[in-house]
Amino acid sequence: MEKFTEDDLKKELETKEYEYGFYTDIESETFPVGLNEDIVRAISKKKEEPEWMTQWRLEAFRHWEEMIEPEWANVHYQKPDFQAISYYSAPNSKPKYDSIEDVDPELLDTFKRLGISLDEQKKLAGVAVDIVIDSVSVATTFKKTLGEKGIIFCSISEAIREHPELVKKYIGSVVPQKDNFYAALNSAVFSDGSFCYIPKGVRCPMELSTYFRINQAGTGQFERTLVIADKDSYVSYLEGCTAPSRDENQLHAAVVELIALDNAEIKYSTVQNWYPGSKDGKGGVFNFVTKRGICEKNAKISWTQVETGSAVTWKYPSCILKGDNSIGEFYSIAVTNNYQQADTGTKMIHLGKNTRSTIISKGISAGKSQNSYRGLVKISPNADNARNFSQCDSLLMGNNCGAHTFPYIEAKNKTAQIEHEATTSKIGEDQIFYCNQRGINTEKAIALIVNGFSKEVLNKLPMEFAVEAQKLLEISLEGSVG
Amino acid sequence: MNLKDKLLSSYIAFEDHLEDDSPLHDLRSEAIKTFEVNGFPTKKEEAWKYTSLKSLLKNDYSLFPKLDHAVEFKDVKKYFLHDIDTYKIVFVDGVYSSFLSETTHDKLDVCLMSSALSKSKYKPVIEAYFNKVAKEDSLTSLNTAFAKEGAYINIPKHQEVDKPIEIIYFSTGNEAALLLQPRNLIVVGENAHVQIIERHQCLSDNAVLTNAVTEVFTEKRAVVDYYKIQNDCRTASLIDNTFISQERESNCSVHTFSFGGNITRNNLNFYQKGEHCDSTLKGITILEDKQHVDHNTLVHHIAPNCESHQNYKGIFDDASTGVFNGKIIVSKEAQKTNAFQQNNNILISDKATINAKPQLEIFADDVKCSHGCTIGQFDEDALFYLRSRGIAKKEAQALLMYAFANTVLESVKIPELKARINKLIATKIGVNLGFDI
Repeated sequence: MEKFTEDDLKKELETKEYEYGFYTDIESETFPVGLNEDIVRAISKKKEEPEWMTQWRLEAFRHWEEMIEPEWANVHYQKPDFQAISYYSAPNSKPKYDSIEDVDPELLDTFKRLGISLDEQKKLAGVAVDIVIDSVSVATTFKKTLGEKGIIFCSISEAIREHPELVKKYIGSVVPQKDNFYAALNSAVFSDGSFCYIPKGVRCPMELSTYFRINQAGTGQFERTLVIADKDSYVSYLEGCTAPSRDENQLHAAVVELIALDNAEIKYSTVQNWYPGSKDGKGGVFNFVTKRGICEKNAKISWTQVETGSAVTWKYPSCILKGDNSIGEFYSIAVTNNYQQADTGTKMIHLGKNTRSTIISKGISAGKSQNSYRGLVKISPNADNARNFSQCDSLLMGNNCGAHTFPYIEAKNKTAQIEHEATTSKIGEDQIFYCNQRGINTEKAIALIVNGFSKEVLNKLPMEFAVEAQKLLEISLEGSVG
Repeated sequence: MNLKDKLLSSYIAFEDHLEDDSPLHDLRSEAIKTFEVNGFPTKKEEAWKYTSLKSLLKNDYSLFPKLDHAVEFKDVKKYFLHDIDTYKIVFVDGVYSSFLSETTHDKLDVCLMSSALSKSKYKPVIEAYFNKVAKEDSLTSLNTAFAKEGAYINIPKHQEVDKPIEIIYFSTGNEAALLLQPRNLIVVGENAHVQIIERHQCLSDNAVLTNAVTEVFTEKRAVVDYYKIQNDCRTASLIDNTFISQERESNCSVHTFSFGGNITRNNLNFYQKGEHCDSTLKGITILEDKQHVDHNTLVHHIAPNCESHQNYKGIFDDASTGVFNGKIIVSKEAQKTNAFQQNNNILISDKATINAKPQLEIFADDVKCSHGCTIGQFDEDALFYLRSRGIAKKEAQALLMYAFANTVLESVKIPELKARINKLIATKIGVNLGFDI
């Protein structure tokens, strides 16, 4: 039997280069570098936005100017120079296409290499894809089917133009402009993103998905996503990312807001695979994301994330359980390798009565990476019978990485029931021996064990996405996830 | 003048009175500088996020109380573990009381910090151990700057101490408000065994703030059992900083029983410097009214093949607040570490609050580390079961509380102390079960 030890795997992981690192040559229209009020105005003008939106952005910008970059996260990196970034870039091939055949063939090729075959998805998966490449939507499918149900699924700039009443009512309602440094920055300069509205009583018939990519050298990506599920509705939303190989650090500061009105349910799944930097820690994407959802009565928000990429990740998808009987869920796998650093987790804010939340977080660290879980469970005095269960498990591969947990638990109600548990371990030699004994080679055994370790979370992904998730996990832990 | 300024100016006067010009002098000036720069911790600091000292700092504390505060033994007898014979080191308002104490120099040293600091025969020990494991945070530094009196215990090699050692700090309340800064040094030699009970007790309703620092060194194969009884009156606050440095195969356990006091902050730090160490940190906290107890623990696994066990239980009534901030750090070299941490809490009242922050920071891969934290209520089914068998609600609740706390209590190795704590718990929850558990 071939001898494949954990050390070999480690070596292989370290030497494994980012597979999806390529660069599509599309002529882009890019703004000059730097950030000031004029740039904010220019972005707003470029997007043909109404005056209130421009003012909203400017307000955010003014807050941002007074804020300082947070340093509490357990990550270390060279702070980006915000005046050396270009805040807008859009593919030049305008106007928009009506059908897929009109799309720039080079772009289509890009998607194929990403493993996103539009036609295949059209036929097989029934997924409507709103593809974002460098901040502007270029292809939208299944829009008509969705339109018949009254579902609005479009880019946020389009929504600002065509559904201003909805945008105006909800944008910034969950993540205010001055929520934090990166949210403020995003509010000021967001270039595009997705907007989704599910009307009352409608169950969205298909998984909605968008793919984000950073493409143009030196451009940051500031996505803004707003998902509104009206009363009694249901939607499952997918988001996936890959990014081309770059030497310089790229900044990604997205904001996602979810609003689940009474009895609504939103399922939000993410597979994130931004460029993690080279194996000696050079380059890579900075991923500073603010994701938050609010649940009204009996509503449910479920976050599922598979984080494999980015040099630095700073991400806490949270739920505000405002309505009685509302439910928040968070399922996460975070894989870090080489010099990657991840500080990720969730906040569950229990405000309503009988609210429930579940947190399952799995961290896998390899190479010289640092992987932290940081979470907050807060039970306010009025949240009678609140219930929380948290579990954070870490798996360490090799002796140069670190796994950390920073859970905060604050209970102010006597009827609260909170459980938190965390474990840290490595793949046991006995486990591998057990597999070897049964004729499973070490590589497969590790795959089996890691897969089992992550299963609880992988199971929560929609089926269409699970394939993609596995593919991306493979890049980070090549050969170990089967 | 605020307290910080007062302390800084008193330091100059304090230092003039000291006779020693030993290396301690540099240590003190270094320490007061640290305090001057950092001041008292505020809620902005991550480690003090849930505990505010603000309400304590506004008192006008006297720093150097008058010397003649006699205490009658009959008045304070109940605070001693009087059923059995013990060594006693007793302080009244920060001053050693030879009348109440029972010290020894026979085979082992159970005596005073002041004499250890001044007499030349103790010099090697002081130089080797004093302030060697204490962290240089603001409050510990403040204590170091004013370090003068406290307990000094030195157990030589292979010595099994025949009876427990009690360290008791009384405050008489003759001053309107008193700030005490006792400093304890405990050195336990190779293969030696010792049991220590520490207690701070206020005898009146005047405000007392104690900022205590204790350093414990356990040499090879030493066994140390340390018990902290915190059942002070409601005007007394305590900041207890304990630092324990363990050498290989040593075994150290610290039990903290927090029932009384106004604001209590326990900074308990373990450093496992040799292989095969075992550390145990246990605590029972039962609070009511507006009491506030903050357990801030750190177990730093530096050497491989060590174990640590933490188990803290809390029951919170009225508007009390409990904080548990437990941190386990496993260094890269500390392979084969087993570290466990458990924190269970019960909230009885609507106004009670619990803030828990159990943290793991792990840099080694071949380890087994886990932490668990729960917040909940009494099991309704269990309560019903007991009541259906004719046990009144209050007693049934008490029984459940005992059961809840028992995992901590069962490892108390001094039977008389165990009985005492049982009694304290019974008084605290206001029942008499009529039998011993």
